[in-house]
Amino acid sequence: MTTRRRARGRLPLILLVPALLSLAFLVVPLAGLIIRAPWSTLPSQLLSPEVGEALRLSLVCASLATVICLVLGVPLAWVLARGELRGRGVLRALVTVPLVLPPVVGGVALLLVLGRRGPIGQYLDSWFGISLPFTTAGVVIAEAFVAMPFLVISVEGALRATDPRYEEAAATLGASRWLTFRRVTLPSIAPGIVAGTVLCWARALGEFGATITFAGNFPGETTTMPLAVYLALEADPDAAIVLSMVLLIVSVVVLASLRDRWIRGVS
Amino acid sequence: MPNLRISTTLVAAMLVLAACGSEAPVGDNNATGAVNGPVTVFAAASLTESFTKLGREFETANPGTKVTFNFAGSSALAQQINQGAPADVFASAAPANMKQVSDTGAASGEPVTFARNRLEIAVPKGNPARITGLVDFANADRKIALCDEKVPCGAAAKKVFEAAGVTAAPDTLEQDVKAALTKARLGEVDAALVYRTDVKAAGGEVDGIAFPEADKAVNDYPIATLAKAPNASTAGAFLQFVLSERGRAVLGEAGFDAP
Repeated sequence: MTTRRRARGRLPLILLVPALLSLAFLVVPLAGLIIRAPWSTLPSQLLSPEVGEALRLSLVCASLATVICLVLGVPLAWVLARGELRGRGVLRALVTVPLVLPPVVGGVALLLVLGRRGPIGQYLDSWFGISLPFTTAGVVIAEAFVAMPFLVISVEGALRATDPRYEEAAATLGASRWLTFRRVTLPSIAPGIVAGTVLCWARALGEFGATITFAGNFPGETTTMPLAVYLALEADPDAAIVLSMVLLIVSVVVLASLRDRWIRGVS
Repeated sequence: MPNLRISTTLVAAMLVLAACGSEAPVGDNNATGAVNGPVTVFAAASLTESFTKLGREFETANPGTKVTFNFAGSSALAQQINQGAPADVFASAAPANMKQVSDTGAASGEPVTFARNRLEIAVPKGNPARITGLVDFANADRKIALCDEKVPCGAAAKKVFEAAGVTAAPDTLEQDVKAALTKARLGEVDAALVYRTDVKAAGGEVDGIAFPEADKAVNDYPIATLAKAPNASTAGAFLQFVLSERGRAVLGEAGFDAP
């Protein structure tokens, strides 16, 4: 206890000022949202069917997108961390591109490829009658595209931090590769997977640009909360504030409740 | 931790960009009444092509002037002006957005209607789905893009459907008219309801189909100089230029009706 206190006392004061500034920079706008909220009409706005519909759609789509990212992203992270392949650096850069790409560009790319005149979309349309733009499935795809790198990076980091000797030991004891992956590798990176899942889900929940570009906007089918916020701002700023607050609260509750229980392991 | 370093750099870059973006053009406070110096025009996105042309002609006719445009959705522009953006002229695509500005006293004098716009059906080139009129918009098998009712083109669409007695079955309600047009341009929808000027601006990439009910939802475009205009005299001259014969001609070429 005493050592920890002494270590804390050594924090250079000169860092405290920018630290507080950055804290204010991140927190004050959110506080502004709460201050400006139309408290008197808040309950009736929250109970309106449009808000419920958009929130339900947001939660369902973000969760489905996260499941897709988990199923596809964990193996990809494993390949990036452990795979003996040339050009792994390029591969990793490609995987993380959606992280820095403006989401609307991602939406345009998805529309051009998966739209009904796109190189893949035209066959989906003519062979299977599947058209992804303007559907809930399109929302899930747009969200997964944008959120996947968050999961892959977290899991890859966790994989790199684990000691491969446990896996080697399991292999020398006769475990197959798949058994080793399931019983040794996966449990050891579980905190990393949980952290990545939470980040991925939160990113999917807030996704706007790719969704509105690729999936369009139709209530009950593709209008997620961020889209509802944007369009409400055009006609009724108060409604936009209410919707934003809902999204903010959902995100904070999820991040806060998971943070202490799970993410501490990796930080 | 390399990721951390990358993200720090990114945040720094973002802050720099944000700082540049907010640097507004500073106008001379031209008290002499001469037509000179920079003038900043906030104009609806649908005026992009015609106003860019008018701006260039205005600069040529008045040496020493520099017209800078901020094209965006009318409601976004109205909000920016009300938040104190240093604009000289505001040209809105709808009286409602002009009213948001004049109600706060930010407009100087009465806004003037300088153009009118009407809706037209935009279909992908060659009209593959053989759309003939508004009645096709009720067909659930057709892919249809409309504007959301919360934006002006969506409100106008609602009026024409009411006039035609058609219940539209849209697949998407786009956030602005250009987004709806793009979906038709890319062939992702069979038809979109946009302004006639948008069909013209798409330059043959979409075909336009006029329909009689468009008369029921003609959109007025008001223009006004702003009370806090940094360059009021040049702002007034630009407004007069938009209202002039030449201004009418350029707007007419773009597909606008005269008021």
